[in-house]
Amino acid sequence: MAGTPFAEMQGVSKSFSGNQVLKNVNFAINKGEIHALVGENGAGKSTLIKILTGIHKRDDGVIRLNGKEVHFSHPKQAEEEGIMVIHQELNIIPHLTVTENMFLGKNITYGKTGILNTKEMKKQCEANLQKLGVSNIDPDEVAGNLSVGKQQMIEIARATSTNAELIVMDEPTAALTDREIESLFKVVESLRKQGVAVIYISHRMEEIFRICDRITVLRDGEYIGTEKIFDVDFDKIVKMMVGRELGDRFPERHHTAGNVVFEVKHLARKGLFDDISFSVREGEILGVAGLMGAGRSEIMETIFGYSGKQYGSIHLNGQELAIKHPSDAIKAGIGFITEDRKSKGLLTDFSIGDNISITNMTSISSNGVILAKKEHQLITELMNRLNVKATGADQETKTLSGGNQQKVVIAKWLGIEPKLLILDEPTRGVDVGAKKEIYTIMNELTKSGVAIIMVSSELPEILGVSDRIMVIHEGKIAKLFDRHEADQEKIMTAAAGGEQIEMEG
Amino acid sequence: MKWKDNLLKDFSKLGPLIGLIMMVIFLGFMSDSFFTLDNIFNLLRQISVNALIAFGMTFVILTAGIDLSVGSLLALGSALTAGLLAGGMDPVLAILLGLLIGLGLGAVNGLIITKGKVAPFIATLATMTIYRGATLVYTDGRPITGLSDSFAFEMIGRGYVFGIPFPVILMLAVFLILYFVLRKTVFGRQVYAVGGNEEASILSGIKADRVKIGVYSLTGMLSVLAGIILTSRLNSAQPTAGEMFELDAIAAVVIGGTSLMGGRGRITGTLIGALIIGVIDNGLNLMNVSSFYQQIVKGGVILLAVLLDRKSK
Repeated sequence: MAGTPFAEMQGVSKSFSGNQVLKNVNFAINKGEIHALVGENGAGKSTLIKILTGIHKRDDGVIRLNGKEVHFSHPKQAEEEGIMVIHQELNIIPHLTVTENMFLGKNITYGKTGILNTKEMKKQCEANLQKLGVSNIDPDEVAGNLSVGKQQMIEIARATSTNAELIVMDEPTAALTDREIESLFKVVESLRKQGVAVIYISHRMEEIFRICDRITVLRDGEYIGTEKIFDVDFDKIVKMMVGRELGDRFPERHHTAGNVVFEVKHLARKGLFDDISFSVREGEILGVAGLMGAGRSEIMETIFGYSGKQYGSIHLNGQELAIKHPSDAIKAGIGFITEDRKSKGLLTDFSIGDNISITNMTSISSNGVILAKKEHQLITELMNRLNVKATGADQETKTLSGGNQQKVVIAKWLGIEPKLLILDEPTRGVDVGAKKEIYTIMNELTKSGVAIIMVSSELPEILGVSDRIMVIHEGKIAKLFDRHEADQEKIMTAAAGGEQIEMEG
Repeated sequence: MKWKDNLLKDFSKLGPLIGLIMMVIFLGFMSDSFFTLDNIFNLLRQISVNALIAFGMTFVILTAGIDLSVGSLLALGSALTAGLLAGGMDPVLAILLGLLIGLGLGAVNGLIITKGKVAPFIATLATMTIYRGATLVYTDGRPITGLSDSFAFEMIGRGYVFGIPFPVILMLAVFLILYFVLRKTVFGRQVYAVGGNEEASILSGIKADRVKIGVYSLTGMLSVLAGIILTSRLNSAQPTAGEMFELDAIAAVVIGGTSLMGGRGRITGTLIGALIIGVIDNGLNLMNVSSFYQQIVKGGVILLAVLLDRKSK
């Protein structure tokens, strides 16, 4: 693919109020190329994209489209040149139909009457979806009833319908099920065939190796390099991203399981899951795999007393617990790191300190009055223990990187000295370096006897961290593996319902 | 003590304070009688009723709620208290019972909102009407007079301590207590957390329903306290007392910079907001501005305060 690249950025620099976030960065992408842009959180990926799409102005450097220098001062101009962004938070209005969403802001009317030509829009909507090879979306369906994956397809179709030549996808698979990821990859392939360039931003290396042609790595706002995907491997990329050898991806784990700490018997919730029985031992990590929507998070929320009425029983250290509210679970010594960090895990408008205090009120107060000294001590101690990188305990958590946010969430639960810690997708949206730190923390916790349940959709993580693996399929336990007898294929088969239910013992 | 430093920091952070000072200086020039001790005390005493309600409203709004029923609740609570007094009950006991009634009526609001899962606006819109109707039924639409002439009852609305009107002292005492509660107690933190993100706070073990019932109960009690001050001042309980009071209370909270979305705000701001509203009323009266125009000015100031607050963010 020689010749002029479709888009080229050369020597781009940018500072925000004296703080340089991009230093002399180069980036080029050809037509029909899928180009991964990677780097830890704060490496400058989003700033680079914002400069490319005209949201920010560059301080220095050149941007060329088809060899011609361009100066965008508004996102509209970039759009007119065919540059589109599919954000992580989709721009879909849930109570409008698929067609209405597709033609948002550019409705087709009968002349200038202002009367909508719904027939024509529906026809074009179908054609746009067809062009991507998507056939299972009804144009008249209300968008909010569709899965996130299908909503994403609408956005991609909307982008391509306005002859997009470059589509930026920001963590496109973060909220997709495995099946949806497969459909997304098919769509990306068809974009490639149509000559559309795709910038693919993701933390998931497996995906990058599967679909990308080249990869560009940024670190601390600096351009580290661009490589053909066949010339590099996982370790090399991580080294480029982190700037040092990270060593093994997962810390070494020696575990000696103790007594059974936590046990669930015949847990069920109508329509969501049924007859869930399992146990976790002292110092053990139980990995929970399964497809999205299999009921994993719902099981954990029920154990924690957050949702719904429960059937069955929950036992901690041999005693049955009556959990009616998360506060009961916390009192018993259970901590729960939720899947959705921003809406359920953190008070994002509040400071790091406030977030840590909130679960630890009993230990930092007396007769309902907060003891400032104790509170300060606890916050400092936990921030240090988890190596939270911030300007101080007063920093608002919404300004932290994903990895640091997750560390704050873990910190607030370590304060209660849990006997059982449930982690739901603990490394989602977390960069490689912080991921390993989180695994190490989990390891240390188990050494001190904490039992851990980890729900994850990333199979390498499940295999790399767990001592035992429980696979959930459509609300039921499909299979229980010991670590050494499981591999990706076996887990996938069980998660997809490929094997008959087989209980342990 | 550290929280005293915070108190000062809180005040200085607030733009409304500057507005208040400017208004006071302006009125000092415009009217000779503004800076007299009589007028200042009169002003503060007028403010105390709205401020007490607005303090409670601050808690409610911090949880992302609203309470429209405060005015009606005030009327019902003070009518019932007046009934007890007219029936010859010991005044201290009657006042305490009155406050408990306020607490209960507020708790009803909270229960409808949490257990009934009714939006606060709708729930308190309904109880606003119900409480007012109940007041009219109980009083038969006539004022209750012939109340106690005991020291305690006279003191609460008409009394002075060291030359300072008792309601003003009461207002300041309640302010200090609530300031402490918001900043230094577990309950205060929970109020902010529930307003900031209810889901996340429940998942952190906070009983959000209890916190909400708590803030509405507190507001109910403070509304009746304000009502008893009024009753004592007039030496009678009016069935129409407290009409439109909810608007002044909400205005004081909003002028004070507390976000209607919940989770953000300060009770010091509310005190300043209540002072601003009081100064406008008082100042325009001194300047002989017609009460028709007064309303326009007040509405304008509320808008201005919110717009300036938005700008500064």
